[in-house]
Amino acid sequence: MGGHSNYQPKSAAEKWLHERLPIVELVKSSALDFPTPKNLNYWWTFGGILALMLVVQIITGIVLVMHYTPQAELAFNSVEHIMRDVNYGWLLRYMHANGASMFFIAVYIHIFRGMYYGSYKAPREVLWIIGVLIYLVMMATAFMGYVLPWGQMSFWGAKVITNLFSAIPFVGEAVTTWLWGGYAVDNPTLNRFFSLHYLLPFVLAGLVGLHIWALHVPGNNNPTGVSVKSGQDTVPFHPYYTMKDSFAIVVFLIFFGLFLFFSPNYLGHAINYQPADPLVTPAHIVPEWYYLPFYAILRAIPDKLGGVVAMFGSILILFALPWLDTSKVRSGTYRPLYKVFFWFFVLTCIALGYLGSKPPEGAYVWWSRFFTIYYFVHFLVILPLLGLLETPKPLPSSISDDVLAKKKPALPQGQAQPAE
Amino acid sequence: MKLLKTLAAASLVLLAVPAFAAEGQKDAKDISYSFEGPFGTFDKGQLQRGYKVYKEVCSACHAMHLLSFRNLSDHGGPGFTEEQVKALAATFTVKDGPGEDGEMFDRPGLPSDRFPSPFPNDQAAKNANGGALPPDLSLITKSRAGWYGTFNQLVNGIGGPEYVYSVLTGFEQPPPEIAKEAVEGKHYNPYFASGHWMGMAPPLTDGQVTFDDGAPDKVDDMARDVSAFLAWAAEPKMEERKSMGFATIIYLAIFAVLLYLVKQRVWAKVEH
Repeated sequence: MGGHSNYQPKSAAEKWLHERLPIVELVKSSALDFPTPKNLNYWWTFGGILALMLVVQIITGIVLVMHYTPQAELAFNSVEHIMRDVNYGWLLRYMHANGASMFFIAVYIHIFRGMYYGSYKAPREVLWIIGVLIYLVMMATAFMGYVLPWGQMSFWGAKVITNLFSAIPFVGEAVTTWLWGGYAVDNPTLNRFFSLHYLLPFVLAGLVGLHIWALHVPGNNNPTGVSVKSGQDTVPFHPYYTMKDSFAIVVFLIFFGLFLFFSPNYLGHAINYQPADPLVTPAHIVPEWYYLPFYAILRAIPDKLGGVVAMFGSILILFALPWLDTSKVRSGTYRPLYKVFFWFFVLTCIALGYLGSKPPEGAYVWWSRFFTIYYFVHFLVILPLLGLLETPKPLPSSISDDVLAKKKPALPQGQAQPAE
Repeated sequence: MKLLKTLAAASLVLLAVPAFAAEGQKDAKDISYSFEGPFGTFDKGQLQRGYKVYKEVCSACHAMHLLSFRNLSDHGGPGFTEEQVKALAATFTVKDGPGEDGEMFDRPGLPSDRFPSPFPNDQAAKNANGGALPPDLSLITKSRAGWYGTFNQLVNGIGGPEYVYSVLTGFEQPPPEIAKEAVEGKHYNPYFASGHWMGMAPPLTDGQVTFDDGAPDKVDDMARDVSAFLAWAAEPKMEERKSMGFATIIYLAIFAVLLYLVKQRVWAKVEH
């Protein structure tokens, strides 16, 4: 992480500390002086936004736990106690619940950005793999968090998702019983989900540390995908990106605030304001919006085990992405065909999300199957072949050259613009 | 702008929240309330009238156990004075104890008491209501949706208070093909979320509750008032939330402009 700073301790105290723990130098080299490509666009600000959202979730979560009771008989009412009697409890809880959605919006943009600009390619494979791990842990954390209010959708969602594990051959039933801590979703299930929901965010924080470390070894990718060639291509992280990221973060907080203050229950399910009742099944059991594409894949396969394998496969396949994409060119900007297929892939994910919210019947099932197949074809057929068949556009020789080329007018002065 | 276009596309994913109606449930009637929109506030007079409807009609069968009498004088609520709340709590009988003799005893309600439930337990409630459990009303306007659809709910809200209003005013003669399925002791209501047949008989009749402010007391008026009261009961911090939200967004917007200017200035000398 070091090596980018010419830090010299000034005072005697700083010198004393530096000889024992060079932490000031570490901060200076990795957070202030860190050379960052000068052409990063706003899609690159979502990393900072995500770091902030993790902090928001941890802080609001820690305070919520001071008032929440993880016991099946009491959990629902303790959440309402937070909403009604705790000072600003409604604010904390709405921040935490909507914050989860915001976290996922940001992470999806961050992932798609990585895909478009080829940020997973050498030498950033490990950075990408840690990112996928973070995403997996996020999904597990959010799922267990949604169970804690012990409303109808909490209970039935937990039941449906944990039931998936019963599809595992031979040991499925045993695994499900082990997960539940009994023969049904009940108090032991709530207790262990609470424990893990408190633990996993700190695992996330650790993984984020590794993610940043793995980022700081090769440095940032950039919209051209061309590696940094000289100091001309970079600016120090501070003040250039601290200011740009801060601006983006505040704009994102405004978006967050609109939901938080003016439509705090829009992203949830009304029925989760009804206490869990194991005897009354809701008409439709649907997960939170951020799981819907995977839920659609699960239900597209007519076989239970097959559906579970496809669902987990659709996430696990991301680990192999750096090796499935055979193109040497990183950025989609210089890959005319990949660019088109990238947007097809985004559309596929949106379509699967929509289908996951619909009942599994009629045309919805057939469209789910179509898009599920396309999802895997994108990774397993299109990406490997594209690298071999596509002729990329010529790459700029450096980031600086690209920046300068864009500043110059494309046509000499005085020449008429071609008619449309 | 490409960024905006792409964000709009991405937001489609976000908006794909579940959109379901129970089998054949009719969309609630979209009446308007004073508390709609980013600046809407509760109408104190309406909440007080709604409270009276709850007290005189609903509370015979429906509990509201998450609320205490003291909430009625809380800021952003029906605006009863503390004296009024004391008097109104005393009209309820509350079970307390055990006393020194080890027995439970009845006493008049205090502002710190929760609203007493009409039945000692769910089984007793079902037994007294033909097997149907009258739901607790503390969260009824948040636990029911009046209509569905991702964009519909984003624009028009989730419609919980409208659902309550529509159910209260929605009892009607069943169409002939449905009348055949009539169940003894059940009442036809196309707005009801769980099937068309409701255990509850039409609870309101014109002129049933006399309002102190002389407001109209037709079924429609009482349904509006009590659904507004229940909307407050489910979300008692709504006014505080909206006003804090307004201040926060203004603050963040100014902050964003300042940060943008700083950022422009920092980057002014760098070709990027």
